Amino acid sequence: MTAPRLSIEALTAISLRDGGKPILRKVSLAVGVAEVHGLVGESGAGKSTIAKAMLGIIPSQVRVTGGRIAFEGRDLLAMSGRELREILGRDIALVPQDPSTALNPARRIDAQLTDGLRLKRGLSAAEARRRARALLEEVQIRDPDRVLRSYPHQLSGGMRQRVLIAAAFGLEPKLVIADEPTTALDVTVQKQILRLFRALQERHGTSVLFVSHDLGVVAQICDRVTVLYMGKVMEQGATVDVLRAPHHAYTKALLAASPRYDRPDSGLEPTPPEVIAALQAEIARFDVGAAESGDG
Amino acid sequence: MEHWSPTATIADTGPRPPSVAVRLARDPKVAVAGGFIVLLIVLAVAAPLIAPKDPLEQNLLLATVPPAGFAQAEPGYLLGTDGLGRDVLSRVIFGTRVSLTVAFVAAGLACLIGSLLGLLAGYLGGLVDTVISRLVDIWMAFPPVLLSILLVAVLGSGLHSVIAAIVVIDWTRFCRVVRTETMGQAQMDYVVAARTIGFTRPAILFREILPNVLPVLIALLTLEMGIAVVVEAILSFVGLSVSSDTPTWGGMIAEGRQIVHEAWWVLAVPLAALFATVVAFNQLGDGLARSLDPVLRR
Repeated sequence: MTAPRLSIEALTAISLRDGGKPILRKVSLAVGVAEVHGLVGESGAGKSTIAKAMLGIIPSQVRVTGGRIAFEGRDLLAMSGRELREILGRDIALVPQDPSTALNPARRIDAQLTDGLRLKRGLSAAEARRRARALLEEVQIRDPDRVLRSYPHQLSGGMRQRVLIAAAFGLEPKLVIADEPTTALDVTVQKQILRLFRALQERHGTSVLFVSHDLGVVAQICDRVTVLYMGKVMEQGATVDVLRAPHHAYTKALLAASPRYDRPDSGLEPTPPEVIAALQAEIARFDVGAAESGDG
Repeated sequence: MEHWSPTATIADTGPRPPSVAVRLARDPKVAVAGGFIVLLIVLAVAAPLIAPKDPLEQNLLLATVPPAGFAQAEPGYLLGTDGLGRDVLSRVIFGTRVSLTVAFVAAGLACLIGSLLGLLAGYLGGLVDTVISRLVDIWMAFPPVLLSILLVAVLGSGLHSVIAAIVVIDWTRFCRVVRTETMGQAQMDYVVAARTIGFTRPAILFREILPNVLPVLIALLTLEMGIAVVVEAILSFVGLSVSSDTPTWGGMIAEGRQIVHEAWWVLAVPLAALFATVVAFNQLGDGLARSLDPVLRR
């Protein structure tokens, strides 16, 4: 196996607001070249914190206390603002969660799509616009000229998400961070966007960190998956293995709580209380261990 | 991926939206109020050509002549004469010069200073925000009319002092509104998205946030022009604006007040001009706010 493009090593973070409550507990994961890696967990599991830490937009009440995020061997957390700004957009791009707020409502699509191309690729206005048009065609937008002229509120949610995907892939980044990119869309649109996303990713050989709470989506798109609970990695492996034969009780509970499209009559199972108790005991044991090793 | 049909599912975006200029012209508020302001600008610029008489020429034999259509009206004095026999119409026309100069220059400068500080406070937050916000709080504790009279008294009367007084007092309006608006916009995902493609903070502030604050800013600027016209009239009324041989609406109102029982038109005509101008600025501000907002517009 070649060296991973992204390697997160023992990433640890605490919340400054809740008296130093841990948010990430020594999270490690690796994303290989052209691999789509799913990062799954319920809300509050720390998925977004990981994504934000990579993009240098970590909220002020969260502090990273240990570990590193190595992108092609360089630690993103140790970089200066200038170094990180250089890499962002060019090598690492974000597909945000909510297409309704991630586009600037006061600027036309062409201005927003060409920003990055002009800033990071040094293209002229005309070149950038030509490239933006080609990008919209690549994300299967039928009428790119009209879309380029439009304001975001004139486009549907699915169209906006296509535009955002075009913007993210537009600079041919090596790594795309997708922060629940389909959560805000209806299921039919979601499916098209996922196919499109996967097609683009395969064509460009992009590595993807795909943050999601939806195991159905992860099953469709991810090669490998990391299951996170309360900031601790519960299970990691090839998507097929993890979803077909989960080892960890939490993964099983998560799977039981997901809707099954192939068996719509089967009810959703809430996480059994004994599983939650066991999970909490596991987290507590980990924290004690971490504290002891920290003291020694 | 074989049943992936590229065109079947894409929502239509509808016909091409009309341009900003067309949309503005279609808004009745903007069209009427804006038309009136344009008329005022023409009057101010071309006053010597348009005014039928010299606004300063006195004729004591023709003092307090009533407007055309009333008994004892004189031909050539459409809106009558004042106590010194000067033509009211010509004086009102020349009065637009001072009013509009103050409206545009004072409101423009107040807008520039206030919104720059507001953008910085709202975007940078922290100590910068604290300092600017406290300054605004302290500033707004002074009663504005008294403060402006005090300022003009200290600076000496004249157009520059009037403008300075309005700017010094009213920048806080812009600062407060722009700060709040900027804070709201800075939380939006598109700002985060701009950071993740590596934009610097000044670039985000001026390229991403400012266009979203602009509709509010333009509306506020227009309203402030109306306010500036009133403040100038107040200062003219109490004799603290330009010297008395330059016709101003406020000055005319002050003169007309003394002879209102004999010649009501000397008071009524500049008052009507002032009223119409302020209403026009306010309506224009309203209409612009509605038409320029990218989310509300259709």
